[in-house]
Amino acid sequence: MSLVIENVSYVYMPGGPYETQALHDISLTIEDGEFVGLIGHTGSGKSTLVQHLNGLITPTSGRVVVDGLDLSDKQTDKRAVRCRVGLVFQYPENQLFEETVEKDISFGPKNLGLPPEEIDRRVRDAMRRVALDYETLHNRSVFELSGGQMRRAAIAGVLAMEPQVLVLDEPCAGLDPRGREEILGLIRALHRESGATIVMVSHSMEDVASLAERVIVMDHGRVVMDGAPRDVFSRGEELRSIGLDVPQAVELASRLRSRGLEIPQGAYRMEEIRAAILAAVGKGGRHA
Amino acid sequence: MLNDITLGQYFPGDSAIHRMDPRMKLILTIVYIVGVFMVGNLPGYALSLLFLYIVVRISGIRFSYLVKGIRPLRFILIFTFVLNLFFAAGETVILDLGFFTLTAEALSYAVYFALRLVFLVMGTSVLTLTTSPVQLTDGLERLMHPLQRFHFPAHELAMMMTIALRFIPTLLEETDKIQKAQMARGADFETGNLIARAKAMIPLLVPLFVSSFRRANDLAMAMEARCYRGGDHRTRLRELRYTRLDAYGAAAMALFLILIVAEGRLLG
Repeated sequence: MSLVIENVSYVYMPGGPYETQALHDISLTIEDGEFVGLIGHTGSGKSTLVQHLNGLITPTSGRVVVDGLDLSDKQTDKRAVRCRVGLVFQYPENQLFEETVEKDISFGPKNLGLPPEEIDRRVRDAMRRVALDYETLHNRSVFELSGGQMRRAAIAGVLAMEPQVLVLDEPCAGLDPRGREEILGLIRALHRESGATIVMVSHSMEDVASLAERVIVMDHGRVVMDGAPRDVFSRGEELRSIGLDVPQAVELASRLRSRGLEIPQGAYRMEEIRAAILAAVGKGGRHA
Repeated sequence: MLNDITLGQYFPGDSAIHRMDPRMKLILTIVYIVGVFMVGNLPGYALSLLFLYIVVRISGIRFSYLVKGIRPLRFILIFTFVLNLFFAAGETVILDLGFFTLTAEALSYAVYFALRLVFLVMGTSVLTLTTSPVQLTDGLERLMHPLQRFHFPAHELAMMMTIALRFIPTLLEETDKIQKAQMARGADFETGNLIARAKAMIPLLVPLFVSSFRRANDLAMAMEARCYRGGDHRTRLRELRYTRLDAYGAAAMALFLILIVAEGRLLG
């Protein structure tokens, strides 16, 4: 199942005093099973773009085609699309509303009209995937959970729809380092276990570097870079010029390189760079 | 739909209307509405429309923008129009269907009443479109100031209004976000009967209440941290002063009132 975005432009509040063009002529194809990191500065249009992916926003011009369904067509059943493309909003815990965790997670499957046994299975499965213990937590009020647990319960609410594509908008925003690790860990596991297509929006280079197989960089409503992480992160100057950073590991590598240490271009993961540094230092040590 | 509401939205600008003292604008808006309610014939409404049109032109706001602001009110307008058509008293029968008789008086009353509502909304929209919420509440506070002698909480009311106005866009944004988030989970806000739709609002209202309370709490704390303790001894950043512009505005409004009254005497 593929996501195709063709020449999509989007204008907020056309005609009003605050008219803004959020997206300029964007074309992208996201293939089945890809893990895409979507990065950009605040206001670059990332969130607007992801809302196009399940038909919450209809493009001002252009087309979005999900699995052969054209979302700009009014006849298309948007709900059919929404259960294939699951969208987790920024701060998703703000959308929790039910009395218990179980009821909240089952909101999506219920809307799909599934039988009770299937809903129950999906709730248990979704809770397992986000590492929330069903037995102890399913009857708890959502407002009794910790911040990290609330975030995971909200993600479970989308997972229970069993989407083929999972889109996450800043899934780690506002979490402490441990909460962040937990969320990133479960996203990685989701991708590995079920091979789901994942689009993760973030402005954290670290998060994207540790997970994504393809990186798309947006600036002022345009796609300015699109490629493998090692290619995108090697363009440090360009990234800085649009207000973004390279991952710390890449920064470290480039500084060491400028001091004369031999570190291969394109390395961007912490482990790679550690190995490269050890190799370089080890080599240098022997010669000295 | 939420983007259609013109009432309460500020349209930034630097026109003569924008620069007028908010107190004067408040008074003149009330005077204008009273004037419009005194009108009793179509030429009078034409005059009111002309006056409004000139003011809007000076302010640099597109007139169509103002007209768009009436759209959300169309149901109220139709409702009052039909109601007046049925129930207003009158003698000159134009149409008799047995169960329902339409009289000329009821028809004109219904038309005039609908027109009054339209002018009421458009007139106040001009005020809110050209006056930032902060200015508006500043003006209100100063106007209500004399009442404080009778223990009327003018400052507190103005502060509450400022805060309420300040959070309207935030709440709309929040509503939009939560609505989208629930729609992403397959929620349906658009179809179904009245009960189904009311029930569909629960996933929207609960998170909205929760976040509103949390926000109110944060705001109260932030205000206390900055030593807010009500209106006593508080100085202001912007002192309001009447200028020549306000005199012109008042003169124009006086002219309008005289025209309305004279026209009423001549034709009414």
